[in-house]
Amino acid sequence: MSIYLNKDSKIIVQGMTGGMGSKHTTLMLEAGSNIVGGVNARKAGTTVELAGQELPVFGSVKEAMAETGADVSVVFVPPAFTKDACIEAIDAGIGLLVVITEGVPVQDTAEVFAYLEGKSTRMIGPNCPGIITPEESLAGITPHTIAGKGPIGLVSKSGTLTYQMMYELRDFGFSTAIGIGGDPIIGTTHIDALEAFENDPETKAIVMIGEIGGDAEERAAAYIKDHVTKPVVGYVAGFTAPEGKTMGHAGAIVSGSSGTAQAKKEALEAVGVKVGKTPSETAALMREVLQSL
Amino acid sequence: MDLMEYQAKELFAKHGVTTTLGKVVETAEDARAAAEEFGFCVVKAQVKAGGRGKAGGVKLAKTPEEAFEHASNILGMEIKGLTVNRVLVTPATPPVEEYYFSFLLDRSNRSHLCIASVEGGVEIEEVAKTNPDAVKKIPVDALEGVTPEKAAAIVDEAKFPAELRDQAIEMVQRLWEVYVEEDATLVEVNPLARLEGDKLEALDGKVSLDDNASEIRHPDHHAFEIREEADPLEAKAKDKGLNYVKLDGAVGIIGNGAGLVMSTLDVVAYAGEAHGGVKPANFLDIGGGANAQVMADGLDVILNDEQVKSVFVNVFGGITACDEVANGIKGALEILGDAATKPLVVRLDGNNVEEGRRILNELNHPLVTQVDTMDGAADKAAELAHQA
Repeated sequence: MSIYLNKDSKIIVQGMTGGMGSKHTTLMLEAGSNIVGGVNARKAGTTVELAGQELPVFGSVKEAMAETGADVSVVFVPPAFTKDACIEAIDAGIGLLVVITEGVPVQDTAEVFAYLEGKSTRMIGPNCPGIITPEESLAGITPHTIAGKGPIGLVSKSGTLTYQMMYELRDFGFSTAIGIGGDPIIGTTHIDALEAFENDPETKAIVMIGEIGGDAEERAAAYIKDHVTKPVVGYVAGFTAPEGKTMGHAGAIVSGSSGTAQAKKEALEAVGVKVGKTPSETAALMREVLQSL
Repeated sequence: MDLMEYQAKELFAKHGVTTTLGKVVETAEDARAAAEEFGFCVVKAQVKAGGRGKAGGVKLAKTPEEAFEHASNILGMEIKGLTVNRVLVTPATPPVEEYYFSFLLDRSNRSHLCIASVEGGVEIEEVAKTNPDAVKKIPVDALEGVTPEKAAAIVDEAKFPAELRDQAIEMVQRLWEVYVEEDATLVEVNPLARLEGDKLEALDGKVSLDDNASEIRHPDHHAFEIREEADPLEAKAKDKGLNYVKLDGAVGIIGNGAGLVMSTLDVVAYAGEAHGGVKPANFLDIGGGANAQVMADGLDVILNDEQVKSVFVNVFGGITACDEVANGIKGALEILGDAATKPLVVRLDGNNVEEGRRILNELNHPLVTQVDTMDGAADKAAELAHQA
């Protein structure tokens, strides 16, 4: 078991023929993902050879789904075209939409999020590393070589902190690791992932990585209190971030007194989540949790 | 990007929001000249900070001489750490009543929000505390936006006076146009003033623009950047396409990925507690592909920061392999030559780490120290900065 993505997932790539798209489609294939094709209206009907596989290029997501039975799409198209790519995939009824693209205007994401209401699609991202269920499937850019299968569920706003944490805990392994992205508006939140991990029998404990900006971590803390029975270990980045400065991720900004790392840490600790001061300390806390299970 | 008041008003005027542009000047003489034209006027400090009035940065002037005096006092003044380099002079239009109005990105609800209050004006935060019912928060659907019907609903819910209703509906639609067409994350009018003769006018404005959107569809927004007011190192980093934020510390930081770099700053600050309280000097994310030129550009910016005493290079090889990063550091030190003068603590981990560490060991550069863990490397970098 896992969340959102497994060995049976059939993946298409929107933007597969571009630089980022072809590079990471190759890496996804090497990770064992079942990539069944790509979408590019201008190259419909052609094929692309990546990692020794001949992949068909379709004119639309709808056509790709009809021809291949795909249920996951990974989006690498440039930010100016991401909104249209997402709406196309949602209209086609894709099950999981993983948006890797960085730099999407936030009003576009707000529109896409509003458009999702009442639809069957789950969106992850934008501006995220995507999702990996080790030894089964990768829909995104997380290196598949870092860690194998295991009992830990991981949800994080940050890509490299995801990699770092997977590396520190590679001897235990992960059920699924999901990077939800650092933009002000994202499709899948900490809470969504916590709920899914709580319901996943393979996941025994959860690592939650947050960072400054917004109130997603505080809301996740409230959710944990009422709904999560599995042990959760947390980490929050950005204690030293100054007010009013965007720290790399578009959503990582302390506005006035809100969105601070301290407030997030306190909210998590108040509901019994152990929060590490550093990534290594967080990993050590998770080790203790796993050894006591 | 946050705009100054006069820039926000330029956008207001562009989209038909009633406002008075006035004149932006940088000397007291020019303020006097503007006052000669306008008569009774107001002189306002232009800085990206709230509370300008309370700080003494907003003054009424009855005569050109008074405008000169006020401008002399305000120019060069510091408001919340920001130096005032220009003032806006506008004809004084004393309000009969003051209201508050804004559109903003609502992160929690992943949509847009309108906040309006007819009790408000500049004391809106106080009103929100003492009389929260008077501050209306009205969600705006991201797909539907603000139609004429929605604008009317907003005006009615906020209880604008009946005699101003039509003007207010028009104003709300024009402000929404600013918000959407300029890709703003905040459009605030405070105060929205009722003037003599029942005229509505945006007396002050605050606009924040979405940098992602400005980058791909608003080339004209670059004109709002005031280069001479940017930190020189931040300006230099921006020219090189680096994601850099200047802070006030002694340990320069380079890392890959926004989250890991933020985390590195924190870990250095903790480590610094044991080394005289040294702090991180900057945020610098060199992203996924840490090639020699990017690494050299990053080091170049950081080594030009006079406060920096040591540099911590913290890279986790995810997609990028550590041997590429090690070669990037090696190449960067070759490019910089004698310009590299401060000790570098390097922590590499992840993909192909053995080869990466081997390359740096072989390089055996006198400035480079390798430490295997992030916490250990932060401690070493803090120690070196403290000793320097």
